[in-house]
Amino acid sequence: MVYKTKFILNEQLVETDCAPGMLALDYLRRQEWKTGTKEGCKEGDCGACTVLVGSLQEDESVRYEPVTSCLLPLGELEGKHLVTIEGLNMTELSPVQKAIVEEGGTQCGFCTPGIVVSMNGLLMDKSKTVDLEGIKYALSGHLCRCTGYRSLKSTATLLSERLGEHLTADDRLSSLVAAGALPNYFVEIPGMLREIAPEPITSENGNGLKKADFLIAGGTDLYVQAGEKIPDAKVQVLNLLPGMKGINRVNGHYQIGALTTFEEFGNSPEMQEVIPDLGHFIHLIASWQVRNRATLSGNIINASPIGDMTALLLALESELILQEAGKERIVALKDFYKGYKQMDRKKSEILTAIRFPAPAPGTKINFEKVSKRTCLDIASVNSGMLLLVEDGVVGKIQFTLGGVAPIPLLLCETGGFLSGQPITLENARRAIEITQEEIAPIDDVRGKADYKRLLAKQLFIAHLTKLCPEKLKVREFYDL
Amino acid sequence: MKHIDSHLHVRGESQYVDDVPPPAEMLHAAVYGSPCAHGIIENLDLEKARAVDGVMAIFRAEDLPGTNCFGPIFQDEELLASSEVNFIGQPVAIIVAKTPEIARKAREEIEAEISPLPVVVDPRVAFKNGDFVDQPRTNSMGDVEETWKDCDFVVEGRCDMAGQEHVYLETHRARAIPREDRCLQIFASTQSPAALQSAASVLLGLPIHKIEVDVKRLGGGFGGKEDQATHWGCMAGMCALLLQKPVELVLNRLEDIQMTGKRHPYSCDFKMGLTKEGKILAYDVSHYQNSGAFADLSTPVLERTIVHSTNAYYIPNVRVFAAPCRTNLPSNTAFRGFGGPQGMFVIESAINKAAEVIGMPAEEIQAKNLISEGQYLFYGQPIKNCTIGRTWKQTCEDFDLEGVRQRVKSFNEENFAAKKGFALMPICFGISFTKYFLNQGNSLVHVYLDGSVGVTTGGIEMGQGISTNMATIAARTFGIREDRIKVESTNTTRVANMSPSAASATTDLNGNATICAVEQILDGMKEVALVELGVEDKSKVQIVDEVVFYDGSESVLTWEELVLKTYMKRRRLSAHGYYSTPGVYFNPQKGRGNPFAYHVFGTSLIEVTVDCLRGIYTIDQAKIVHDIGRSINKTVDIGQVEGALAQGLGWMTLEDLQFGEDGRCLSHALSTYKAPDVYFMPDDMEVRFLEDSTNKFGPLGTKAVGEPPFMYGIAVFFALRNAMKAFSPKTQFEFNSPLTPERVLMELHKDIPLIPAPAGKGVLVDS
Repeated sequence: MVYKTKFILNEQLVETDCAPGMLALDYLRRQEWKTGTKEGCKEGDCGACTVLVGSLQEDESVRYEPVTSCLLPLGELEGKHLVTIEGLNMTELSPVQKAIVEEGGTQCGFCTPGIVVSMNGLLMDKSKTVDLEGIKYALSGHLCRCTGYRSLKSTATLLSERLGEHLTADDRLSSLVAAGALPNYFVEIPGMLREIAPEPITSENGNGLKKADFLIAGGTDLYVQAGEKIPDAKVQVLNLLPGMKGINRVNGHYQIGALTTFEEFGNSPEMQEVIPDLGHFIHLIASWQVRNRATLSGNIINASPIGDMTALLLALESELILQEAGKERIVALKDFYKGYKQMDRKKSEILTAIRFPAPAPGTKINFEKVSKRTCLDIASVNSGMLLLVEDGVVGKIQFTLGGVAPIPLLLCETGGFLSGQPITLENARRAIEITQEEIAPIDDVRGKADYKRLLAKQLFIAHLTKLCPEKLKVREFYDL
Repeated sequence: MKHIDSHLHVRGESQYVDDVPPPAEMLHAAVYGSPCAHGIIENLDLEKARAVDGVMAIFRAEDLPGTNCFGPIFQDEELLASSEVNFIGQPVAIIVAKTPEIARKAREEIEAEISPLPVVVDPRVAFKNGDFVDQPRTNSMGDVEETWKDCDFVVEGRCDMAGQEHVYLETHRARAIPREDRCLQIFASTQSPAALQSAASVLLGLPIHKIEVDVKRLGGGFGGKEDQATHWGCMAGMCALLLQKPVELVLNRLEDIQMTGKRHPYSCDFKMGLTKEGKILAYDVSHYQNSGAFADLSTPVLERTIVHSTNAYYIPNVRVFAAPCRTNLPSNTAFRGFGGPQGMFVIESAINKAAEVIGMPAEEIQAKNLISEGQYLFYGQPIKNCTIGRTWKQTCEDFDLEGVRQRVKSFNEENFAAKKGFALMPICFGISFTKYFLNQGNSLVHVYLDGSVGVTTGGIEMGQGISTNMATIAARTFGIREDRIKVESTNTTRVANMSPSAASATTDLNGNATICAVEQILDGMKEVALVELGVEDKSKVQIVDEVVFYDGSESVLTWEELVLKTYMKRRRLSAHGYYSTPGVYFNPQKGRGNPFAYHVFGTSLIEVTVDCLRGIYTIDQAKIVHDIGRSINKTVDIGQVEGALAQGLGWMTLEDLQFGEDGRCLSHALSTYKAPDVYFMPDDMEVRFLEDSTNKFGPLGTKAVGEPPFMYGIAVFFALRNAMKAFSPKTQFEFNSPLTPERVLMELHKDIPLIPAPAGKGVLVDS
């Protein structure tokens, strides 16, 4: 059976029978000859291939998100609006393009189209501000080897001055069109998308959920690992399945749809209430483009020992809801991993949701991550901690570490020791010793084993001193 | 004027090699690289790969029509390894197929049988084995051995610097098209079209004129495409010639990092003698350069390390020993700074070590030893137009060094785990190729009958703004609008024997040649103007804003009219300009001469905060006073300084190029090799150009800017180290770069024992 993908490419409706697992980047450059989209790394690390994907929302508006087309399967574009740099060009330079030219924010030019796309994405996103922080957010997934970024950051002032009230208008897209910041055709897109809205796919009428070689929940890591195999393989793009998104509170639990993206998770008011520092934690994880596609389930099923979300979800006492042929099964995340990339999951089982108990009042949550580069880098060690101190003793503790074992690790012995104990320097030191016995890091490109052991200790100290600043200070751990 | 290509860049309309619509029947190549760092190829089974549907051919060394032997300095390299392989990724075979995917799929089917030979990755081991790509050298001035006894303090130490991956956003690529009469046209992403052309001539057995190399622009080069773009262009050319079909070769990022050379890692020993006042009397340094498998540009890189070993300081007694050590890594190559950064890092380390021992701030020793007008660098060149002192003083004043010092001090008193540090970095960087014969440039200028102008030079546009500079230089010299100028692709049929776009000298050489070409045309035009205006003194004719002036008065004659009249009078409207830098010479054996037309000076100030609990850090500010002479284009020049700084900061901190003992690159992807991003670079960053400076060697008075600012980044290492010292004053910190968060944390805690690990629990962890 020939599988066709129907979507809007810039201002044109296209229908292609290219493989659904083919990368949008390859499709654009080779089938459509849209060469403004560049290949820099094919790992989502440079942003040169950034495009916008627009999706029709419940309120009939279209929401655009920048994503890296080097990790984007064509099949996922079904019913979507794909915008490349060519689709943002008008007769005159747009305000973003003009600002970059004027500030000298382009030298060799290879990274530039992707940067223009992300910066347009910023203008189009109502939840973002167009200022220095906003521009940095927009550039979080871009490498520019020529400029040193200062000239790109300087565009913030120009853009906010020039676009002014257009950046606060309710109908942001129409306002940007009126301001000459977007081509006119953008106003037609919602109507065009309504006409091609796809039929919901179920496991029954889909293109063979059970037979698929690859189930793609986002694919941001899968393509890095197996990018050359996927285009020729049978794939099922899970994002076409309904009902696996959204965050709800059900019976004292928070239930999160498996296909919730990192960005959706980070922007969720419920999650921000549970985890007050979530905004900062999200900043340490991937880039804007990757967070727009990476899903919680993808992070969990990828089973990386240093999955950032996994380390956090493990601390939150998460459970996984697995489904197979309509039957549900619940597995605690802490029991899910059986060895390096080994999981308690049958090939035909789909992770549909993640849930965790609403933390008791007074519970504090922290996430720590140390990587070579603060942003868009894989951790050397990451760590989550959930801590409840009641009546002067530890009522509940969930301490997790990534990168120190073949699996994302919940430090049961360390937690067990501290439970019921007061937070004291002596107990903390003993806990550090116990942690060292629970972990087994190895040397790799992200750090030597000794370093990871040291980080396990340091991050534990970081958690405790941050969560209980009245009880412990960093200096108490040092004899300097 | 903004960057001449910027309006195309922001629209995604600038064309790189593979953005140009392909010619019919174009094929795609992929390269099979050696899986083994050192060994003899016993057998290479290509049968299964050949059988893959869509594979057109697989070529090996014996298929080369010419001589399988090339190299920029020494011809010690094979395009395709015939028997011995010397690094992992060394090209052994080329697969040509209908699509790049098929070519790569077929590559998986190749099976190699290689008898392993010992693998060396450490330059000190190669040194002990006596394995060099060229003979080690010692250059000196005065007598260091006699001087130690006169010193109040003598410090010694060791530095180890890792390499650096270029991370040009556009990986290596070339497209070759067969033309009639066994000619080849090669479109390549190279900084050195002439090097590609001559290498292809040897390798393919064709006279040079049968090979045309054309380069419109590069998506970044930074030295990585100075010599090492040659290989891929020649391979595409080889396939196109043999198959008589267009062939394109584009390396993906993983191939690019694994197969190509990088900035040279160095291991160095230093010894420095000083008076108790901090005056440096003697400096002795040994550089063990990790050259990689073949000579490539290692010897000129090492030459620059030698001459920049004393950076911006006057030292009366100097001895520099330098050995280019052969290892089983990809041949290391040019990278912005070209050996200079390594030489400078060592002396800054020595100064910092001395500062600790004497108990004097490093910046005081730096300031006391800055070179001044007329003093000799140890290779025999006197410093002229010396502005280092001015840039140092202005940096300290404009950016309030005293305020920074106080702020850092009180911050460190108030905070336990967070510590701040700052450091200054003066630079003195010589401009000219040390291979003095390369100091020549060519330019071809055409004036068309509508008054528009085409300029072709030997300079390659790789983002650095050479095209913008050429347009400005041509327009200002003619006296016309910049938008009349089109800067053409760099093409070997229009400019022959061009030097690589390198050594920061591209604007100097090609700009001066352009001025020369323009002046030849102007000369004839002015004679025509004399007749038209009925006047006599040619020296009084001038074109200003497209109008002819005589003796300061505006005439009725416009540029467009004068162009037409010049044509009708049968005077030239095209000219070829040639320039060679006067007065440069260097004897590499003696290590003496006048290798540089001039020096570039400047000073940076960098402040950082280290989170000593986690070992992570932020760069709080980077401030620079730089001597640009008279800037041709401030936007372009500021961009060069800022971009170079970013690379320098990256080299010193997070760019962690790792090789295993087996010679395998461990950080071979952008997921494992991290370059500075928008959050890494400080928001508080400012570049000021020194006022009242000029330069008689630079076109329109400018000074070269490509490489020198890279070395401003070196300050970040010592700023971090100072912050670390504030946390743990007694610890003896190493001088090893990059100073990654791992190194910072491990060094901070090296005197604090960690609970020992239980034995035998290591297990696999990766992404």
